[in-house]
Amino acid sequence: MFSRILVATRGEIALRIIRACKELGIETVVVYSEADRDTIYCRLADDTICIGPSYSSESYLNIPSIIAAAEIADVEAIHPGYGFLSEISHFAEVCQSSNIGFIGPSPKAMDLMGNKSRARQLALDCNVPIVPGSEGTVDDDTTALKIAHHIGYPVIIKASAGGGGRGMRIARNDISLASAINVARTEADAAFGNPAIYIEKLVTEARHVEVQILGDHYGNIIALGERDCSLQRRHQKLIEEAPCPSITPELRNLISAAAIAIAKAAGYYGAGTVEFLVDKHANYYFIEMNCRVQVEHPVTEMVTGVDIIKQQIRIASGHKLRIRQQDVKVEGVAIECRINAEDPRNNFKPSPGKVTTYFAPGGPGVRIDSHLYSGYTVPSEYDSLVAKLIVHRANRREAVACMKRALEEYIIEGIKTTIPLYLEIFGHSAFLSGKVDTNFVESEFFE
Amino acid sequence: MDDEKKTKRLLNELIELMNANDLAELEVEDEGCRIRLRKAEGRVERPVVYSGGLPVQGGGVAEHAAAAGERRENVVTIKSPMVGTFYRAPSPDADAFVEVNDSINEDAVICIIEAMKVMNEIKAECKGTIKDILVANGEPVEYGQPLFIVEPA
Repeated sequence: MFSRILVATRGEIALRIIRACKELGIETVVVYSEADRDTIYCRLADDTICIGPSYSSESYLNIPSIIAAAEIADVEAIHPGYGFLSEISHFAEVCQSSNIGFIGPSPKAMDLMGNKSRARQLALDCNVPIVPGSEGTVDDDTTALKIAHHIGYPVIIKASAGGGGRGMRIARNDISLASAINVARTEADAAFGNPAIYIEKLVTEARHVEVQILGDHYGNIIALGERDCSLQRRHQKLIEEAPCPSITPELRNLISAAAIAIAKAAGYYGAGTVEFLVDKHANYYFIEMNCRVQVEHPVTEMVTGVDIIKQQIRIASGHKLRIRQQDVKVEGVAIECRINAEDPRNNFKPSPGKVTTYFAPGGPGVRIDSHLYSGYTVPSEYDSLVAKLIVHRANRREAVACMKRALEEYIIEGIKTTIPLYLEIFGHSAFLSGKVDTNFVESEFFE
Repeated sequence: MDDEKKTKRLLNELIELMNANDLAELEVEDEGCRIRLRKAEGRVERPVVYSGGLPVQGGGVAEHAAAAGERRENVVTIKSPMVGTFYRAPSPDADAFVEVNDSINEDAVICIIEAMKVMNEIKAECKGTIKDILVANGEPVEYGQPLFIVEPA
């Protein structure tokens, strides 16, 4: 087991990683930018190293700075969290050549699954259904038109090197197709440094269902159940729950088996998530695989009792997976709300600034993953996720009731947050019945 | 009674206005009546960390200055522009780049910071006399860490 780890990320996930390390008796060294000097987790870490100014490119994305920090801190491994360098295979390679453990999958698996069109091909090779679409990237408009006609409108254009729901555009006819492709290419280039795109049929009235997998270095792979992440706005997840409230046990088994098959074929080790769309006819389609720990990992932790971060660290340090598939039990229902420092009444305008009063909900079934505290200033330079409110109860009705009362208890003053939006969503009958799809939030609350 | 109610309502509206616009102070004059509202001085909230039962105030005030230098009582502090290992000389047996009381100009190389096996020569970017060297040879340094105190020319 590692004795000293570098935490190369920030915000709530940095705190999460430190918590796991403390329980495992592992020393932590946190790297931070000048904007993150006053974070609570910098005080909790055993050591801290300032690696640069607030700009991500000069700090959290700066590979030489992070590796230099790892060397002077004399750590055995680096945990990249999510975002930043967590899915940059070059970073994982540099770690390898610098003899520093990388807590994540191999660079090869990252490259394979990071290329969305190659990942689709892998799924096909595993006999897993994929959304009808282009074979590989679409490089010219004539081909794009042909494909769109073949699969039928509406279509969705996605960045091949993309992820996190960014760089996507919908086209509903020939006229909008060309411009949508151009915009998507430009966005993809700006966001991911690669303008390559591919086209998929837009699955309407779909649910986003993803499977959490864990794999060790010995080829063992298990599925820790699925999460439903259908509540989204502009392809960004807002609310996640485990288990998915509306799939049959048969479909659950099919999707889990598909996820394991894909992870095995990719030679995957570490924690990963295989994402699917499920349409109203209960057809499932592979869309992509995320090769990192995800924001919403807590809902799986609550229902399975498995500490995913600890498992990541165990796996990376060479331990065999001790959990067998038959040991995995899903108990109760867990729901998570992602709380962002944004004003939901003002087009989700970011709301950085000083948190003047902070009171977190508690009581049975409530978990908060957040780095906020009274007097903390949320910086403007990074993404706006400031807290995750997770509840876990015996059934969905009780989980919803628990989430409602926890949201009402939550006090975050000084900045605007998306808590008011969640209070509305949790009062909506469609959500309470569990019958929602990926269009629910935008159609019910923003049109 | 009516007046009291009116004033109360006005006060509440003014307070809401201040909060909505993040104002610290507001003065309103109307028909001979002047109201001035001022928010209580914001205290710097630092979370208190309990270590072994005793409250320990969290870390000191951050120095947010450019990496190149900072003016403070007629001295300039040269801070590290990167993370790495600090070396006083170009090689183990060579003389140090600078010693205390040496004169330097902007282009003078004052130290090396090594990161990932790359030896980065760090320039003074200021003119003056070295008054103090704050880091020992071979010690690790972080971004923004004070390295040299220079009395500007």
